[in-house]
Amino acid sequence: MRKLGRYLRLLRVQVRSSVLLGLQYRADFLIDGAISLCWTTTALVPLFVVFHDRPVIAGWKFAEALVVVGWFTLLEAILEGAINPSLTAVVEHIRKGTLDFVLLKPADAQFLVSTARFEPWRSTNVLTALAIWTVAFVRLGRGPSPVGVLAALVLLGSATLLLYSLWILTVSAAFYVVKVDNLTNLFGSVFDAARWPVQIFRGVLRWVFTLVVPLALMTTYPAEALLGRLSPLALVGSVAGAGAFAWLSRRVWLGSLARYSSASS
Amino acid sequence: MSTRSTVRALPTLMRVGFAEAVAYRAEMLVWVLSTTMPLIMLALWSAVAADAPVGRFGQRDFLAYFLATFIVRQLTGAWVAWQMSFEVRTGTLSMRLLRPIHPMVSYAVENIAAMPLRLVVALPVALLALVLVGTRSLPHRLLIWGVWLLAVLGGWLITFLANFVIGCLALWTGSSIKVMDVWLVAFMVFSGYLVPVELFPGALRTAVAWLPFRYQIGFPVEVMTGAYALPAALEMLARQWAFVLGLFLLALAMWRRGLRRFGAYGG
Repeated sequence: MRKLGRYLRLLRVQVRSSVLLGLQYRADFLIDGAISLCWTTTALVPLFVVFHDRPVIAGWKFAEALVVVGWFTLLEAILEGAINPSLTAVVEHIRKGTLDFVLLKPADAQFLVSTARFEPWRSTNVLTALAIWTVAFVRLGRGPSPVGVLAALVLLGSATLLLYSLWILTVSAAFYVVKVDNLTNLFGSVFDAARWPVQIFRGVLRWVFTLVVPLALMTTYPAEALLGRLSPLALVGSVAGAGAFAWLSRRVWLGSLARYSSASS
Repeated sequence: MSTRSTVRALPTLMRVGFAEAVAYRAEMLVWVLSTTMPLIMLALWSAVAADAPVGRFGQRDFLAYFLATFIVRQLTGAWVAWQMSFEVRTGTLSMRLLRPIHPMVSYAVENIAAMPLRLVVALPVALLALVLVGTRSLPHRLLIWGVWLLAVLGGWLITFLANFVIGCLALWTGSSIKVMDVWLVAFMVFSGYLVPVELFPGALRTAVAWLPFRYQIGFPVEVMTGAYALPAALEMLARQWAFVLGLFLLALAMWRRGLRRFGAYGG
């Protein structure tokens, strides 16, 4: 229990320093906000085209698919604001060999690097996600049920955990492939497929997106929960899956760390 | 920096660039994996076209279109904006300025030198496409293939020059990665990379004709999948090269003005 308190205190210190750092770049907030708004609207174009002359695709109506896009946008905001900044910093550390300084500190290295930097002002996409959901549910002509919202909240937690675990796995690769601008790109382009309901994909690809790179668990299932049609089994499966991924990524991280031989010395 | 000395330096620069590409082959693989978006879109569009074709596109047409998109993307890649932004920020651009060769040329050669490795990736996909789709949807006239070569070259030039122009912005702002991100989003959506331009609704399609993106990917792909008769292809080619020319002049002007502001910090 004392240990938990210590880590909570540590978290508070880290967040505070991120916020102070962020306040120096206030102009970035506006620019980032404008950029991500453009991003999101532009990224809607393929969705419009796909649904242009077809009301239902693979069991999804346009408005329902919008709910999935909303989840995608929300997760992107979490990724941009809370996960990306820290983990990009880790990659820099690995490349330059300064990870040594982190490893020397008397706290868990994964905790330290994961909480090193938050950029909440990058998360303007949270608002965009809310707007998208509003439009979607107005078009559907009904709101989400309370049970659905509750399930969706649980899934939000597991989706964030999944996203974080996937990121840890990606960063672990940085111990082997050092230059990682490309890895973040790869991650982004794979994650982009989460924009679509997983049922649209067939065969191997659907299987991959459900079990190997569990994009379905991050956007499709939460959307189905909001729409009130997710089976309880899928809910339990998602939470268990997120736990398994977290465990796996922790193992891989520790394994890669053991291989780390400071770059500069 | 006379033209002759530049030409004489080209083979060496090519060799260096190629060696660099080979040295960073793992990275190249990662980059290739991150351009597999057309294959995902292929899965998506085939599902949409499963019960009835979309416009003139049936499942087989989508297969041809997106495999061609993958190939063209490999052949028209350029990453100068990131390179320039990095070199400006770290001051290492000054090393490049010391060489008696225009940086635009040295960047271009570095990018071209990685092409053979990319061909290694693109060729199996091309063969696969040939097996799956057959030669029916390929153009049969040799002249069209001539247009295709020019179209791919033009597509690469637009990508490269746009990268260079955005890279030049870093001379003013210190980093141009964000501008590049915006450009990339527009590129993805409007180039025909995710959705064939033909499927856009009317007004949007007209707008896209006046933007450079379509000429980067969509146009070469359309030529390759036999969407144009010769006169129409030539007209598009002329438009494409107008963009190349315009971007080239812009790139030269930006470079000349931006360089005066370069302070070589850190280098």
